[in-house]
Amino acid sequence: MELSDFFTNYTLRTITLGTAILGAICGMLGSFAVLRKQSLLGDAISHAALPGIALAFLFTGVKKQEILLLGALVSGLVGAFWIRSIVKHTRLKSDTALGLILSLFFGFGMLLLTYIQKLPNANQAGLDKYLFGQAATLVESDVWLMAGATGVSLLVLLLFWKELKLLLFDADYTQTLGFNTRFLDILITSFIVIAIVLGLQTVGVVLMSAMLLAPAAAARQWTNKLSTMIFLASVFGALAGVFGTAISASYDNLSTGPVIVLVAAVIVLVSFVFSPERGLLFREIRFRRNRKDLNRKKTLTFMYHIASDHADISHPHAIRILNNFQGYTRKTLNQLAERELIRIEGDQWAMTPKGYEEAATLYDQTPDPV
Amino acid sequence: MNNPAPSTRPPAIQIDDLTVAYNYKPVLWDIDLTIPEGVLMAIVGPNGAGKSTLIKSILGIIKPIAGSVQVFGKPYKKQVDKVAYVPQKGSVDWDFPTVALDVVMMGTYGGLGWIKRPGQKEKKRALEALEKVGMLSFRDRQISQLSGGQQQRIFLARALVQDAAIYLMDEPFQGVDATTERAIVNILKELRQSGKTLVVVHHDLQTVPEYFDWVTFLNVKSIASGPIRDIFNDDNLTKTYGINYKVATKG
Ligand SMILES: Nc1ncnc2c1ncn2[C@@H]1O[C@H](COP(=O)(O)OP(=O)(O)O)[C@@H](O)[C@H]1O
Ligand SMILES: [Mg+2]
Repeated sequence: MELSDFFTNYTLRTITLGTAILGAICGMLGSFAVLRKQSLLGDAISHAALPGIALAFLFTGVKKQEILLLGALVSGLVGAFWIRSIVKHTRLKSDTALGLILSLFFGFGMLLLTYIQKLPNANQAGLDKYLFGQAATLVESDVWLMAGATGVSLLVLLLFWKELKLLLFDADYTQTLGFNTRFLDILITSFIVIAIVLGLQTVGVVLMSAMLLAPAAAARQWTNKLSTMIFLASVFGALAGVFGTAISASYDNLSTGPVIVLVAAVIVLVSFVFSPERGLLFREIRFRRNRKDLNRKKTLTFMYHIASDHADISHPHAIRILNNFQGYTRKTLNQLAERELIRIEGDQWAMTPKGYEEAATLYDQTPDPV
Repeated sequence: MNNPAPSTRPPAIQIDDLTVAYNYKPVLWDIDLTIPEGVLMAIVGPNGAGKSTLIKSILGIIKPIAGSVQVFGKPYKKQVDKVAYVPQKGSVDWDFPTVALDVVMMGTYGGLGWIKRPGQKEKKRALEALEKVGMLSFRDRQISQLSGGQQQRIFLARALVQDAAIYLMDEPFQGVDATTERAIVNILKELRQSGKTLVVVHHDLQTVPEYFDWVTFLNVKSIASGPIRDIFNDDNLTKTYGINYKVATKG
């Protein structure tokens, strides 16, 4: 398929629109999972949806998308709320409960898939597309469904914005204010399940959680504001959808789901390295700059003590006497001279009045107030 | 009318036969406790004594196995607007994407109820609370960039905004420096002056008599509760901490 088809081809446009909307809703709801430190929840729920698909097929005998996804929805919800009740009623930690449900449901789902494969029924093939998704099967009605779900969850998000934000930050406190945290919790979890089920057809059970987490994790790097984070996560998710679809369409045989997830992973990588405040690169730069700055200040202070022993503060001293001072380098010295804090003449240095003043007030400033 | 009728007003907090367990072993055992209105009370006891659990049980965050808690004579659920909670600082993730003013604003959410958003009036109250704890200039600071003491002040401001009758605070002095400790103590005393009831989990036994006028000794069971001058003694400290204590008598 040619890239130019991208703009003219109806099927491709539908798929692109679908993956973009899917990315957006995943980014939006994934932000909640990330901020509640429930990164594994999406993984557990998507794996828990698999047996639902198989059972829906076994019971109805038809391979209609809506029916299979309804099965996925039911078993995803059962998995999600089972996890909740395990955490609530036993000593097990939540990651243990998540792992347990994930492997239990996924194992059962795979068992059913193998069983279905052996049935003497021509209808059976194709259920395994839900493992890694098949974006090519997206049709207009799927896109409408996704758009509808995204609209509803956006509406709910805006309606309960204050309560949801409060819950994310401090759940106990939310309860003490008289809000029903169980209701809010069920609301969030249900919407995460819905987003996952919508993504199964496109991205598949195995990679679905990446779709949920990656845009949100990337967005967190760029902002310190919750609303901006959720907005950015949706944009990143949509971008991953669009570019992933475009890339896989330009190269035959590349399946779309994994490519979308890879694009999302690249966005995460770029965000973790290049974001200005939290990114590794700028953090390293800041760290080095601080260290240099500190060395300069230390050297200046050292010089200040020598100079202040002398009646004339600008009296020249031998550079040699700095040698036994740790942190001093010729470069630091040149930088100080550049800033006109000292003068260098041959193998001697002298403090300027400006340098003397700066050194004197250097440690006057109180550190951050309490 | 020379003699005012004896007050029939119920105590601020009344706890009867409260037993709480997370698993099998009870963390709180058969607690009976009456906290009169208007006291500034410390809860003391060793680590794991159940101090946080007691506060969470009063607030209905933890459901007890047995017993009941009444706030001004009614269950907590009916009195949410009368109680403010300052959780332990470590109970939330301070890397959450929000700023100081936003956290303090959360104190107004309970009064607003569902869905309704805070407006100018709420913002003004939050700013006043920030000023009171000396944090006004940090209003737009990302909360992860606040020091431990500043975070504690933010939590205190959030509770102040609630303008409650009872304040429950879990270790508000934990990890704060001397200046912040003084500032917080002053606010506590001021609240007491205006008739509020304060229940504060406190760790530094030396400062108990100076800061508080009421004390509850807790170690799974309620060991003693009453005015400092009557019950803050080595005997009760020893019963609570299990080792010989010579703190109370030191002036
Ligand atoms: N969520 C919990 N699950 C299980 N045990 C808990 C939980 N919270 C507290 N505990 C246990 O209950 C006991 C009392 O805890 P806590 O009320 O936090 O004590 P304190 O605040 O006095 O240090 C401790 O032994 C603690 O390990
Ligand atoms: Mg505690």
